[in-house]
Amino acid sequence: MLENNTGRIVGVNGNMLTVEFETAVTQNEVAFAVLGDIRLKAEVIRVRGNRADLQVYENTAGLRIGDTVEFTNDLLSVELGPGLLTQVYDGLQNPLNKLAEKSGFFLQRGVYMHALDYEREWEFTPLAKVGDRLSAGSYIGYVPEGIFKHYIMLPFLFRGTWELTDVAAPGPHKLLDCVAKAKNEKGEIREITMVQKWPVKIPISCYKEKLMPVNPLTTQQRIIDTFFPVAQGGTFCTPGPFGAGKTVLQHAISQHAEADVVIIAACGERAGEVVEILREFPHLEDPRTGKSLMDRSIIICNTSSMPVAAREASVYTAVTLAEYYRQMGLNCLLLADSTSRWAQALREMSGRLEEIPGEEAFPAYLESLIASFYERAGLVRLNDGGQGSITIGGSVSPAGGNFEEPVTQATLKVVGAFLGLSRERSSARRFPAIHPLDSWSKYKSIVEPEKLAYAKHILRRGNEVNQMMKVVGEEGTHIDDFVIYLKSEFIDFVYLQQNTFDKVDGATSRERQVYMFDKVIHVLKSTFKFEDKEVARRYFLELRLAFTNLNYAEFQSARFRELEKAVDEKISERKENA
Amino acid sequence: MRKVYHKIIQIAGNVITVEADNVGYNDLAEVTGARGTSLAQVIRLQDGKVFLQVFTGSRGVSTGDEVRFLGHPMRVSASENLLGRIFTGAGRPRDGRPAINDDMIDIGGPSVNPAKRIIPRKMIRTGIPMIDVFNTLVESQKLPIFSVAGEPYNELLSRIAMQAEVDVIILGGMGLKYDDYLAFRNTLDEHGALSRSVLFIHTASDPIVECMLVPDMCLAVAEQYALQNKRVLVLLTDMTNFADAMKEIAITMEQIPSNRGYPGDLYSQLAARYEKAVDFDGAGSITILAVTTMPGDDVTHPVPDNTGYITEGQFYLKNGRIEPFGSLSRLKQQVNGRTRADHRAIMDTMIRFYADYKETIEKQSMGFQMSAWDRKLLKYGRLFEEKMMDLSVNIPLEEALDLGWKILAECFDKTETGIKSDMIDEFWPKDAN
Repeated sequence: MLENNTGRIVGVNGNMLTVEFETAVTQNEVAFAVLGDIRLKAEVIRVRGNRADLQVYENTAGLRIGDTVEFTNDLLSVELGPGLLTQVYDGLQNPLNKLAEKSGFFLQRGVYMHALDYEREWEFTPLAKVGDRLSAGSYIGYVPEGIFKHYIMLPFLFRGTWELTDVAAPGPHKLLDCVAKAKNEKGEIREITMVQKWPVKIPISCYKEKLMPVNPLTTQQRIIDTFFPVAQGGTFCTPGPFGAGKTVLQHAISQHAEADVVIIAACGERAGEVVEILREFPHLEDPRTGKSLMDRSIIICNTSSMPVAAREASVYTAVTLAEYYRQMGLNCLLLADSTSRWAQALREMSGRLEEIPGEEAFPAYLESLIASFYERAGLVRLNDGGQGSITIGGSVSPAGGNFEEPVTQATLKVVGAFLGLSRERSSARRFPAIHPLDSWSKYKSIVEPEKLAYAKHILRRGNEVNQMMKVVGEEGTHIDDFVIYLKSEFIDFVYLQQNTFDKVDGATSRERQVYMFDKVIHVLKSTFKFEDKEVARRYFLELRLAFTNLNYAEFQSARFRELEKAVDEKISERKENA
Repeated sequence: MRKVYHKIIQIAGNVITVEADNVGYNDLAEVTGARGTSLAQVIRLQDGKVFLQVFTGSRGVSTGDEVRFLGHPMRVSASENLLGRIFTGAGRPRDGRPAINDDMIDIGGPSVNPAKRIIPRKMIRTGIPMIDVFNTLVESQKLPIFSVAGEPYNELLSRIAMQAEVDVIILGGMGLKYDDYLAFRNTLDEHGALSRSVLFIHTASDPIVECMLVPDMCLAVAEQYALQNKRVLVLLTDMTNFADAMKEIAITMEQIPSNRGYPGDLYSQLAARYEKAVDFDGAGSITILAVTTMPGDDVTHPVPDNTGYITEGQFYLKNGRIEPFGSLSRLKQQVNGRTRADHRAIMDTMIRFYADYKETIEKQSMGFQMSAWDRKLLKYGRLFEEKMMDLSVNIPLEEALDLGWKILAECFDKTETGIKSDMIDEFWPKDAN
């Protein structure tokens, strides 16, 4: 061991250690506090004079003044290589299933394991030849990982141009086998394995350029794809008070979104929610591949009762894994639930460091950290001309459901779509509870802009009429206004609302959305003839019911055709011919 | 090891500071003075200084008192003999019987590996339609009862405890009024449930630091029973007092407060407790029901707000009824799809109409003319409140669902309900129109 690279503890306060050291230490380097025969992982977060403050990723009970701390000189890093998909990790990339095999029901502190299985063999196929000139991120070969070609790349940490001097023949290899050798301009030769490490807090930037995100990322949620779309490589946030359905919405997106790789970062939320994913995903089929949903997923899970410093690391771990798969030309979707818990982890640490607090005691650098996290999303052109993307969706849990708080505000500044969940809608059981008037998106919808504008116009007018009716009453409202209100309710019920728990209604394909939206617009633009309001209300109730039934039928099935006919007949029943 | 220190250099709030070495973080110490002995816990180490939180409070502690470190953190017995016993927050017997010192385990242990949890699938029947039908309680759920002072939340808590089919009941009282404590004890006794219960009671007159220990003591014991394949129900009342105790200590320690004086780690602290609710893969389960009183009936207050983000829903107890709006059981979807086919349809439809009814009430109070539809809603709302919401209603789920259809049929016709046609065909009462 490096004997001179140690320090000793002079203070313990919650999960923060103050350590006196003699040689050099690096900001954000990993260190281990030695407690008997276990070593607790920690990270340097501040250095003052010959004292460093460390955040410990574990419970610190039992540590004493004078105990040894070993510095490693490595930044907090993750292992990148084949076998990441289908895994469930904690915030520091410890595989939870293997931990359970080793230490049983509880997460014992000080137990760390390799993220990848070093014993497993992968069928390697070379792509590059000896003599090829490569740079960081260039493909050397690939191994099959589920449905993907998992490219083995020149490690991202390799600077400059490297010449391939040796490459393995096709065949099975273990992760740590040398599959290639490369030489740089200085003549230095290095061995390349199928695993590489990368520090999580630094973005991987082995690509040519960032592009404008234009293609929609279909989530199969009607209110999102049609009204507040998300682009591949874009960012969105879903703030909402508790109980408004943030997590249910995120689960629906993670199941139905048309992304190649989905990474779920359960950051400081309930363990029960992760368990649902853990237990259900392996049995759910990805309709696009026919394989299990788990085959395209990685779950990073640092739930609320797990150590808070590891929670802070978990979102970085997640985004680094996304960047790794992006380098292979894949479209990745990262869902972080919830970024507020991450911000709170920062606040807890900032408080222990006795930094001058910003708004609501969040640290002053909160905004810039949030911004740089979301900036790791994007559509990029890789060095070989291919494209890959990362879409980031973060849920935000504002204190008291009030969007004026620092985390929501800092997030709104940097995202491309705001899907605001409202208590009002969730109380009325209108799910997904995304507010159709408050939310916005800067990305392009899958439907024609004029039609969308018209639908939004009806929603807005309907809301106005509803507000007015609260003052003047129904009898004081003109029937034309009343019909507009009924139309806005109609679109809300048959299009904006969606039953996540229904197999058919829970996922509406892009094609079906375009088709159904046309039908809805047809209703909105039609003029109907009613004798009085009671007749109008009844008519729309019946129309809504016919439409809802249609929503529950498989698209273009015989039953769908039959129900569609019923809807069309219902529409023409009262329609005036213009 | 058992060195005695005599030099207390600071006493502030309930925190004393001594100069000592070789002390582990979170270790316990005994502080002995002329006024007796108290336990204390290390909450900070800084160079040679050790900060201790004195369980019985610092009142009467003298700078010359003896401090003796025990070399281990706070522990509680997890023996079978705990059943039927009553303790204080610090684990001393409150029932005049001898102390139990076998099978000692550390409190506040590590969290459960999510990979060892399973999806909860068992409904806990309470006989209260507002829970069983609308917000089903599920085994291993963590659920607070949001309420305000004066509401019968403790009665509700004991009623659920008595009707729920569980093996062990653990009650943690924090800042409990003495008569409330007696009421709990008597209810348990009357129903013969005391012999399968363990009580950790901190009453309003006990030292505040002991209040902070109550949830950890309860949950450490619960965890041991659950590992022995028992289904454990933990009742905590009132978690707001727990949070306030934490606030007091944080301020004493000069921590920067984040929101209304509460420490920045309030969320993590509450989560560490609530997340002990678990359904073990291959062992028993822990269900947590906790009372959170909302100061000023304000749900955005930091305690209920943070709680709501942690727990799997909440019951709002207001005006002696469980409010359908705001109340939520996040786990209900796990069970209500397999109770009876019409469960979800009844749940959604009845709540929707009740929301419409509330709007109509508003219109009516403003003096607007009531339409035929409004009159239907008014009739419905009245029936709903009378027959479903009233806390005295005690019927099994199936009966409650039938009642739901009956109320709907009394007020509306089939189309107006908006329920899918095949469901209507199956369940619409035959004697109705």
